[in-house]
Amino acid sequence: MTDESNQASLAAHIVTSYDEDLQYLVRRIAEMGGVAERMLEEAVVSLVNSDPALSQKVISDDLLLDDAERQIGEKAVLIIAKRQPMAADLRDVIGAIRIAADLERVGDMAKNIAKRVLAVQGMAQPKKLVRGLDHLAELALTQLKEVLDAYSQRSAEMANSIRERDDEIDAIYTSLFRELLTYMMEDPRNITACTHLLFCAKNIERIGDHATNIAEVVYYIATGDQLVNDRPKDDETATVGAGD
Amino acid sequence: MMSEAAVEEAVGAKVDSQPPVKMQGRMVCVYYGDSQALYDVNLDIRKNQVTALIGPSGCGKSTFLRCLNRMNDTIDTCQVKGSITLDGGDIYDASVDVVELRARVGMVFQKPNPFPKSIYENIAYGPRIHGLARTKSEFDEIVETSLRKAGLFEEVKDRLTSPGTGLSGGQQQRLCIARAIAVSPEVILMDEPCSALDPIATAKVEELIDELRQNFTIVIVTHSMQQAARVSQRTAMFHLGNLVEEGDTDKMFTNPDDQRTQDYITGRFG
Repeated sequence: MTDESNQASLAAHIVTSYDEDLQYLVRRIAEMGGVAERMLEEAVVSLVNSDPALSQKVISDDLLLDDAERQIGEKAVLIIAKRQPMAADLRDVIGAIRIAADLERVGDMAKNIAKRVLAVQGMAQPKKLVRGLDHLAELALTQLKEVLDAYSQRSAEMANSIRERDDEIDAIYTSLFRELLTYMMEDPRNITACTHLLFCAKNIERIGDHATNIAEVVYYIATGDQLVNDRPKDDETATVGAGD
Repeated sequence: MMSEAAVEEAVGAKVDSQPPVKMQGRMVCVYYGDSQALYDVNLDIRKNQVTALIGPSGCGKSTFLRCLNRMNDTIDTCQVKGSITLDGGDIYDASVDVVELRARVGMVFQKPNPFPKSIYENIAYGPRIHGLARTKSEFDEIVETSLRKAGLFEEVKDRLTSPGTGLSGGQQQRLCIARAIAVSPEVILMDEPCSALDPIATAKVEELIDELRQNFTIVIVTHSMQQAARVSQRTAMFHLGNLVEEGDTDKMFTNPDDQRTQDYITGRFG
């Protein structure tokens, strides 16, 4: 099914409250997406600027996402029970449940970054590494923003191109990983800070993976088909240090 | 783990192993007087499968169902064109005995309509007029087997001589199914068989349909999308006298190809 015909299928239901139920899910997902984006942005800013107050805000914001995920899940179950959605409507409901779960995890990742701000506070952070982390976060944020646009437009095409781009994040993560290792080897006093930064980088890379998951769900919602071909993967950190 | 090629082969084999065609409609047009009710319908009914016919009221699904055992013959102004075959033989051929055809292609209606006779007689009537049994013990056996297949025997075995009309709605409908089974049909047509039943009775009939599929080919008209999705393997969607889309039930209810199917099953028009 093309994007166009899918758009056309969004004609109103005979039962108006059914449309309201489905719109509720779309609206809440968009809200969750906004919160998740902001949390990631603020977590990285608080890390770069060593801002514990901002990091504290990120940590408490995570509750918003936990609540939203639960409410979306409850509403989705209620819609299934009351209306027995079919075809595109069914995919909408199932998709909302899955996307809410991914966004909730994005919140957890951002919260984890924020928690580390206190630990690395006051330690000398090499500018280059922090810049690298910032760049990684920017890419992840772009992926997250675009995948939420793809969701609101039900665009399979956009979803597919977002999924194809995850390898950029993986590649940068791998190079950051190497740099952090080098830095730790140079001076063992860097190990604590670098280990925390390594986890931060890993968290950001995972956020990219969640954006990819969401892209796959959006593709499914729009077309009814699952993306099965392997997407490009450039995360080579599992083998870094093994024989190089 | 299967290799990709092996999986493809297995999937391909599955497609090829579709059950054989039991009934086939080709270019079926139906007219009631001057107005045309069906336009060039091509549909295969496969053996030992449940085929669901869905679509909004007046779309032609019941008309098509009634063509399959020439129930439309009883309407004077009704005219059927095109061909409908049963095991390859044209059922509208002049040589076909309509009574015999309806024994091979039985029917269950929307409203349970047991004869105003005993439960036993309701079942035995068909086999008697078709000469399928002679002795009392032969009739007893047919009655018991048919009631068992319809999942009703245990509930009525102690009151076989009571009137069929005294049963509950759900039991009456299963009695009608048992009556249809009693003449050993090959195909059973069901026109909204559960619309007058409560959810429990509906569940029992649906369970029965699934069991009957082992021995019979079933075509069911239903307004309940969930029922069509639950009981059938193939679904055909009608709209304004046209067959819009026909395919695997699983696909039809998760990802239909046609916009009209999508709109209908999701409650956007009807």
